Amino acid sequence: MEIGLRLAVSLAQIAAVMGVVMLTVMVLTLAERKVLAWMQDRMGPMEVGPYGVLQPIADGLKLFFKEDIIPAGANKFLFTLAPILALVPALIGFAVIPFGPSLTIELFGMQIKPFVISDINIGILYILAFASIGAYGIILGGWASNSKYSLLGGLRSAAQVISYELNVGLAIVGVILLSGSLSLVKITEAQAGGFWNWFVIGWGGFPQIFAFVVYVISAVAETNRVPFDLPEAESELVAGFFTEYSGMRFAFFFIAEYANMILVSCVAAALFLGGWNAPYPGTILGYIGLDSLAWIENVVWFAAKVYFFLFLFFWLRATLPRLRYDQLMRFGWKVMLPIALGNIVLTAIAAYFFPR
Amino acid sequence: MDHIFFFYFAAVIATTSLLVVALRNPVFSALSLLIMFFHVAGLYVTLHAEFLAAVQIVVYAGAILVLYLFVVMLLSIKSEERYHNQLPVAGLLGVMLCTEVILLFIKSQTSRMAPAAAADPVAGPGNTEMIGEALYSTYLFPFEVASLILLVAMIGAIILAKKDINEPVQ
Repeated sequence: MEIGLRLAVSLAQIAAVMGVVMLTVMVLTLAERKVLAWMQDRMGPMEVGPYGVLQPIADGLKLFFKEDIIPAGANKFLFTLAPILALVPALIGFAVIPFGPSLTIELFGMQIKPFVISDINIGILYILAFASIGAYGIILGGWASNSKYSLLGGLRSAAQVISYELNVGLAIVGVILLSGSLSLVKITEAQAGGFWNWFVIGWGGFPQIFAFVVYVISAVAETNRVPFDLPEAESELVAGFFTEYSGMRFAFFFIAEYANMILVSCVAAALFLGGWNAPYPGTILGYIGLDSLAWIENVVWFAAKVYFFLFLFFWLRATLPRLRYDQLMRFGWKVMLPIALGNIVLTAIAAYFFPR
Repeated sequence: MDHIFFFYFAAVIATTSLLVVALRNPVFSALSLLIMFFHVAGLYVTLHAEFLAAVQIVVYAGAILVLYLFVVMLLSIKSEERYHNQLPVAGLLGVMLCTEVILLFIKSQTSRMAPAAAADPVAGPGNTEMIGEALYSTYLFPFEVASLILLVAMIGAIILAKKDINEPVQ
């Protein structure tokens, strides 16, 4: 009974988070086209619904009803498995993201944390572990398609993801040193009390501004977004690793890319920008005596930070041209890696002399 | 409950390890290795070693196996020439290992050892802190030696792969 109830609550939480993530993906597909259009002085999609706001539904329906084509000579099993391997790791990472304050509520005699599905003590490592699995979907999709463009896209992606994953991992070490925990809940709580306590500014420790820049650039590279979208460079490789994919399988890759964007934005907000903490001490709703509603303000701040990063992704896409492959590798290994390593050394020294 | 999980993980690890060498397509071999890494990580979680579990996936599944796949795809190895006449050596080693396992089984039966205490959750600080403490105090010297060996291997790989700048391009 107890275990069944706990399972039901967990499933409800998972369903809620997945619902929000999927809704955000829908919003993002429209937002990307609209933002790009505005930056290029166009209107963007205007046909479906008022001002084009129903475009994501039309896109989804189209992809759902499209014919599912498996190319001749493709490895059927891996061709089917690859989109799933891409999507699952992208969604599973949200399990440890704290979306709001770490309240516990009593429900049927159980302690429930409403804003985080599971507060495990290795939260950030868990996300890194599953982010690294996402590369398999891309590589296997490229290989199983039995197409040269797909294979080249998949191979490029493998090299790129491995190179930049290292930088992501090293960039967050500084934050872990300062907070003394791998749990995202504890890292966020360590940044409470105003924007000067956020790790990107890091008052009283060592500012993680370099790590922040390294993280953001590496995160863009890891999600295969412009200017690092070499795995799917449409002017060179048709569409890269998903050239041969159509219908729902293509949609899976598409959703995985956007879910990954949301995930890295959530991690960036939680690690560097204080997560759900407001930039001032406490909450305004708390000051005017509405303590029980203060979580709304916190969740809104978290969403605002995440959407700032998502906007940054679109902004970069509208601004920058694609890097060449050797530039990408040189930048990753010879610029980002030394900065991240230097940051670890300096942060370690600062954390030793000025313990928080 | 613990036993059910252990037997599930152990069975999948044994099966997928066999499949790694038994499957004809090297890409499928790599995939079954991936499944095995995940279940080894699961075994660590049941032993309350979450840090090891995460590192297992980050390092082995996330980096090393991706490189394996990379090589397998670039070479596009076909399924012929699989065992390279290694059967006599492999047979000898297999017999030795089997004898060892059987001997260990007999020994543990006679001495009636209690099951290892590893099933108890580690109390106090988390296992990440414990591993860090042990690694940087008790085992500092072996740790540094291991990192030195890795550094040597890395330099060796770079020297093997690098082209001489002054050498004319062929």
